[in-house]
Amino acid sequence: MSAVLSNPPAIPPQESPGLWALAWRRLRQDAVGMASLVVVIFFLLMMAASYTGLIAKDWSKEKGVSYANPSFMAGAENLEAKAMAQKEAAKAPPVDLSDIDPLAPRYKEWEERAAKIAVTEVKRSETLAFGGDKWGRDVLQKVIKGSEVSIFVGLSGAILAVIIGTMLGAAAGYWGGWVNDFLEWFYNIFTSIPYILLILSFAAVAASSGKFGKGIVPIVLILSLTGWTGIYRLMRAEYIKHSNREYVKAAQAIGASNFSRMFVHILPNVSHVSLVQLSQHTVQFIKAEVILSFLGFGVPVDMVSWGTMLAEAQNELVIGKWWQLFAAGASMAVLVTAFSLLTDSLRDALDPKLK
Amino acid sequence: MVPTIVGVILLIFFLFNWVGGDPAMVLAGKISNPEQIANIRKQLGVDLPYWQQLLIFAKQVFTFDFGRSWSTNEEVSRILLTRVGPTLTIMIPVLIITTGLSVLFAIMVAYVRGSLTDRSIMVVCTVAMSISFLVYIIFFQWMFGFILGWFPVQGWSESFWKNLFTYAPLPIMLAVFVGVAPELRLYRSFFLDEINQDYVRTARAKGVPEKSVMLKHVMRNAMIPILTNVGISLPGVFVGSFLLEVFFSIPGLGREIITAVNRSDFPVIKAVTVYLAILTMLINLLVDVMYKYVDPRVSFK
Repeated sequence: MSAVLSNPPAIPPQESPGLWALAWRRLRQDAVGMASLVVVIFFLLMMAASYTGLIAKDWSKEKGVSYANPSFMAGAENLEAKAMAQKEAAKAPPVDLSDIDPLAPRYKEWEERAAKIAVTEVKRSETLAFGGDKWGRDVLQKVIKGSEVSIFVGLSGAILAVIIGTMLGAAAGYWGGWVNDFLEWFYNIFTSIPYILLILSFAAVAASSGKFGKGIVPIVLILSLTGWTGIYRLMRAEYIKHSNREYVKAAQAIGASNFSRMFVHILPNVSHVSLVQLSQHTVQFIKAEVILSFLGFGVPVDMVSWGTMLAEAQNELVIGKWWQLFAAGASMAVLVTAFSLLTDSLRDALDPKLK
Repeated sequence: MVPTIVGVILLIFFLFNWVGGDPAMVLAGKISNPEQIANIRKQLGVDLPYWQQLLIFAKQVFTFDFGRSWSTNEEVSRILLTRVGPTLTIMIPVLIITTGLSVLFAIMVAYVRGSLTDRSIMVVCTVAMSISFLVYIIFFQWMFGFILGWFPVQGWSESFWKNLFTYAPLPIMLAVFVGVAPELRLYRSFFLDEINQDYVRTARAKGVPEKSVMLKHVMRNAMIPILTNVGISLPGVFVGSFLLEVFFSIPGLGREIITAVNRSDFPVIKAVTVYLAILTMLINLLVDVMYKYVDPRVSFK
């Protein structure tokens, strides 16, 4: 017996992989997960490139004729552009009123002055890469710019919602007692109002008071202030589970403060839950942004997002201009599918027990 | 439940009376003098201290009297009552058909779990769910309304039967089409949880016919989470699918809310929000009671 124990085989000191390394290893095994990760990263890079102005910088320039055809169907008839051109051509020459017009003596002076100002006449092209919208803007560039706005709103809204949910969940789960009671009451209030009504109430208030800021700030705030409830509930459960674990007690024994126990010790151990929630809420908020922008409560009119593009597309489809609807709808569908599949894979990779 | 109602009233009050800014500015319009604004403030009661405003609001909730709409001067209670009808005409068939179809499909898919049929249906569902509801509405309204002309593009009439059989079918079909995919996925997982249980194996081992295993043993147990889910979606029935109502010009509650938000018509939004919150709580209570009939193990304490 003692012979067996006396001579243990020498084990080389080995660092055991942490939670994230293990999860990454599992994720790499998952073909669907990796493929969707690639798609999501592609969209994020596109967003960054468009934000910094590398691509789609001049999306708002009117480069083509009205409803320019996509270049792969250049031969198709474009009645709208023809009608516009005819209108231009049919303008009758101005009637000569110079004998009764009191301003007539100054016409010449003005013409000279006008000639000094250089006007570059842009040659409007008949076709654009993926067609044009009513004002002849390039739909391809528009959809890139629109993706930037939509993804940015979804992502920043989700980050903010995860922060709010985690803070409140941590407080309720860690402290318990009256803090928990109060936050549960708060949670019940928010969940007893149907979600869409809650959003619309916030939107109404934001629109009339202007206290939520300008541009896309209101929509981000609306989405995150109404969307934190699910995250709060999950984080609270995690904190209740963890706050009695031995490692937290040990931290207390060596004198770690409450704050440090909550956010330095427990948070890294539950952060995988918030990562999955972040991914899930990004998808949800992107969808919500599209609908809100369509209704006119989302991004302001001088910006473009998938929602505003779809709002224009409704009337275009009736006259047979399908490309804007297709571009916005398809790019959104691809991103949302990839993001949802990635969420599933992340969950499997981070929490293999769940499967 | 009572503390939650109090909380909802407080939250709505805080949002609209405190964060919401001065409604008199909105109502008075662009050309207005301070005297007019003071007058409007007095009419609306926003010149009173906050605690008095809160009392008035609480009184409004319990007496069902929210006064008149700020933009149309119609009584709020009348607005609510007349708009609920069209919404329910659309949403009750939607709820019944969607739930029925998804339960039916879910149990069939769960029965052949892991097969090619199962996996391909799941893939189709995932892809279908990722396309925006907006795209579906725009496309199908164009397709069936303009191109094929099977249904009127939009509209509504006075007669209930004409509404139900002429104007409602296309919106109902759209809502069902979009609603089935997520519910099918969810219910399939509920059925799968039950199918792998020991009692199912026992039932099979003692020779219970397959049909009765699925429809009696599995179905009854899976009904508990399904019932919860239907209960959660019930309050939404009253708001209706506001997108459908906007697209198809259905004079329902959803469209009314959108108009109210656009016009900053606070009394209407406040009334709808508070009453739907109360309704949600009542429905949750009702679902809890119904558990007892579905699951005899549940007992009230």
